[in-house]
Amino acid sequence: MRPLTEEESKTVFTKLANYVGKNLVHLIDRPDEPYCFRLHKDRVYYVSESSMRLAISVARPNLVSLGTCFGKFTKSGKFKLHITSLDYLAQYAKYKIWIKPNGEMPFLYGNHVLKAHLGRITEDTPEHQGVVVFSMNDVPLGFGVTARSTIDTRKLDPTAIIVFHQADVGEYLRDEETLF
Amino acid sequence: MGRRSKNKQGVPPSFDEFQARKEKKDAKRKRTEEAIAEKPAKKSKDINYAKSNDSKKTKSSKPKKNTKEEEKSEEPEDLPEVDYEELASAKKSLFDDSDEEAPEAEAEELDDEFDIGSDNDVEGDEFYDSDEDDRAKPMFSDDEDDMETLNAANMEALSRKLDEEEELEAEEAERELVEGATQPKAKILPTPEEEALLQKGPQDLTMVRTRMIEVVKVLENFKELAEEGKSRAEYTNRLLKDISEAMEFFEANEIARPITIRTNTLKTRRRDLAQTLVNRGVNLQPIGSWTKVGLQIFDSQVPIGATPEYLAGQYILQAASSFLPVMALDPQENERILDMAAAPGGKTTYISALMKNTGCVFANDANKARTKSLIANIHRLGCKNTIVCNYDAREFPKVIGGFDRILLDAPCSGTGVIAKDESVKVNRSEKDFIQIPHLQKQLLLSAIDSVDANSATGGVIVYSTCSVAVDENEAVVDYALRKRPNVKLVESGLQIGKEGFTSYRGKHFNPSISLTRRYYPHTYNVDGFYVAKFKKIAPSPHDISKAGAKEKESLARSEAEEEGIIHDDFAEFDEAEDKEIIDQTMKRNLKRKGINPSSVLNKNK
Repeated sequence: MRPLTEEESKTVFTKLANYVGKNLVHLIDRPDEPYCFRLHKDRVYYVSESSMRLAISVARPNLVSLGTCFGKFTKSGKFKLHITSLDYLAQYAKYKIWIKPNGEMPFLYGNHVLKAHLGRITEDTPEHQGVVVFSMNDVPLGFGVTARSTIDTRKLDPTAIIVFHQADVGEYLRDEETLF
Repeated sequence: MGRRSKNKQGVPPSFDEFQARKEKKDAKRKRTEEAIAEKPAKKSKDINYAKSNDSKKTKSSKPKKNTKEEEKSEEPEDLPEVDYEELASAKKSLFDDSDEEAPEAEAEELDDEFDIGSDNDVEGDEFYDSDEDDRAKPMFSDDEDDMETLNAANMEALSRKLDEEEELEAEEAERELVEGATQPKAKILPTPEEEALLQKGPQDLTMVRTRMIEVVKVLENFKELAEEGKSRAEYTNRLLKDISEAMEFFEANEIARPITIRTNTLKTRRRDLAQTLVNRGVNLQPIGSWTKVGLQIFDSQVPIGATPEYLAGQYILQAASSFLPVMALDPQENERILDMAAAPGGKTTYISALMKNTGCVFANDANKARTKSLIANIHRLGCKNTIVCNYDAREFPKVIGGFDRILLDAPCSGTGVIAKDESVKVNRSEKDFIQIPHLQKQLLLSAIDSVDANSATGGVIVYSTCSVAVDENEAVVDYALRKRPNVKLVESGLQIGKEGFTSYRGKHFNPSISLTRRYYPHTYNVDGFYVAKFKKIAPSPHDISKAGAKEKESLARSEAEEEGIIHDDFAEFDEAEDKEIIDQTMKRNLKRKGINPSSVLNKNK
C-alpha cells in the first residue's frame, strides 16, 4: 500500500473527472474526514485516513482490500474504473441518464443502452461523455459513455445505442472472480 | 412313577430363581438374627422355635414347582379320596400358626426342626446350596423309613402334611408374584407441578432418558406395570413429549428455512425495499418483532438473488440467525471492530451499516478464496469503512489489537444448519469434533486478548457458532472463562433464544453461562445457533504479549511440560539418617534369608 505517484494521480483524476467533472474536489476535500487514495497491488483504493493508518498494521501479503476500490491500473499504465466506484460516481455525477424498467435487465446483463429504453437524460450532455446510469427510481445501475449528444439522440431510431456500456452492477455476480 | 422319585434331586433351579431364593434366605436370616438380638433374654427354646419357623418357611418355598408337580402327579395314585374340608381346616390352622402354633400339631415336627435350626446356625456363614437343603428336608429324607411302612392310618396325616406344604408354597409364590409386580410400579410420570417445571428450563438429559426407557417398559406390559389411575394415553403423551423435542429438531433439519433478506440501511429503508419487491411480484413479510431490517420471502416470480435492487446493494440474502450475533455485538459509531471470520460478509456489512459507515471494521478471513465474495458484498452494499485482511485469526493480537468490539463467528461443525448443508450429516468425523472445538478455543482467547479492556464504549466480545453441539458452544465459553478471569459473560440483549446449558452430561459449567443464548430450528424457525456475549473488565497479562499463534502454541506447550517436572523443592534428603535406616533394612533382610548379617556386612567392609 502506497500513495499514488504524480503520474498515477493524474491518470486517475483525469478518468474520474470524465464522470464527476468539477465535483472531483469534493472527493479530496471532504467536510467530515480526510480521505486519500492508496495504491495496493495495482488497485486504487479510496479510504479515510484513519482507516488507512490502521491498515498499515496489516502486512502487504495479507491485506486484501481497504475502503472502496475505485479501479485498477492495467499493465499498459491505463486506469480502468471498476463498478465498485459507482457509489461515489453516482453521488457526484455531472451527467446522468435514467432508463425505463424494461431496459434495466438488458443493461444489467452488460448490454448498451438503447434509445427505446431511455427514460430521462441530463440536458446538453455532450458526445463521448461519461455518464452514470440510473433506474427510474434513482437506483444507480452502472456507468458508460454517451454515443451521441442529447440533441442528436432526438433524431435517432429506437434501436440505436445512446450509451456505451462500461460497467454495471451485474458484474458483482458475473465477474466476482476476476473483479476482486 | 415310584414314590422314590420324591427322594431324587429335583431339576436345578435357574440362576434367577437361585439368586432370588438366596436373597430371600439372607433377608430372613438377618431378620431372625435381629429378632434374637432384640430379645436376648428369651429362652433358647423360643429362639430355636422362631428360627425353626423361619427356616421352615424358607424351606417350604424352596421346592416350589418341582415338588408341586411331583405331588400333584402322586396324589391321585396314593390318595384317591381326600377330604377337602378337612384339608381346608388344616390349612386354616396353618395360616394362623405363626408363633403360637398348636404344640401338638407341631410336636412331631419339632424334633426335626430343632436339628434344622442348629443346622442353620452352622451353615450360617457358608455358601448356601438350596438343593442340598431340599434333600435335608425332614419330610422326605428323614421320613424315608416311615414311607416304606406307609399305611392307611398315617397316610392321611402324611398327605395332609404334604398339602399343607403345598399350600404354603402357593402362598409364598403368590406373594412373590405380587412383590415382583409392585416393585417396578414406581412413579414414572411427573406430577403436574413437575411438568410445569419441565416446561421452563433445560432438562436433565439422563433423567429424560431414564424416563423414556421406563415409560416404554410400562407400555410394553401395561396391565401389570402401569401406575394406578393412569391411562395408557398419559404414558404415550409423556413419551411423545419427551421424544418430540428431538423429533421436531430432526424434522426441522429436513425442512429448508424460509429465505430471509436483510435490508441494507446504508442505501434504503425496509419499507421502501418491501414496496419495490412487492411490485416485482415478491411475496414477503417482516421476520419478526425482534429485528427491524429483516424480511422473510415466501415466494417470488423473479430470482431474489438477481434483482436490480439486489445488485444495487439494497439488500443481502442472509439467514435470520446471522442477525443475532451482530445485534448482540451492538456496534456503536466511531468504534474499531474486528470480525474474525467474516466471509461472505453478511455480518460484516451489518456491522458497517449499524455504524453508519463510521469508525473502522476489520474483516478478516483465513481463506483467501472466500475473501473475494466478502469484498464483493462489502462493495455492493456500499460499506466504506472496512479493511479486509487474510490472516489466521489466531494471530490477531499480534497483527493489531485494541479493538472496541470483536465478533467471532467461529468456524464450526455446522450441526445447526443441516437444512442448508446436508453433507454435515455424513462428512463429520469424530476427529472434527475434537479439532474444531480446539480451534474455537484458541480463536476465542485470541479475540479476548485483542480487545481493549479500557474502551470507553465497548470492550465486548461476541462468540457465536451455527452449531448446536455443547462441545463447540458452552464448553468453549467455559474454557475461556477459566483461562481469562478478566472477562465475564453479560446479557446478550437478544429478545429471543433459550438459555445456554450450565451442565451437560455430568460436566458442570460456569453458572453465568445461562446468560448465553441457544437457537434451534424447530423453536424459532431459524438455523441452529449459539450466541455468547463477553465483556472484558480488565486488561490481562496476555494483552502485552505480541505473540502470534505459533509462539503462543509453543509457549503453552513448554508451560505444560514445565508443570509436569518436579524440581529440587520436592523433598530434603538427610544422608546420615538414611544410612542408618538402610543398614537396618539390609540386616533384617539378611536375617530373613538365614544369613548372619554381621559376617556378610563386615566382609563387605
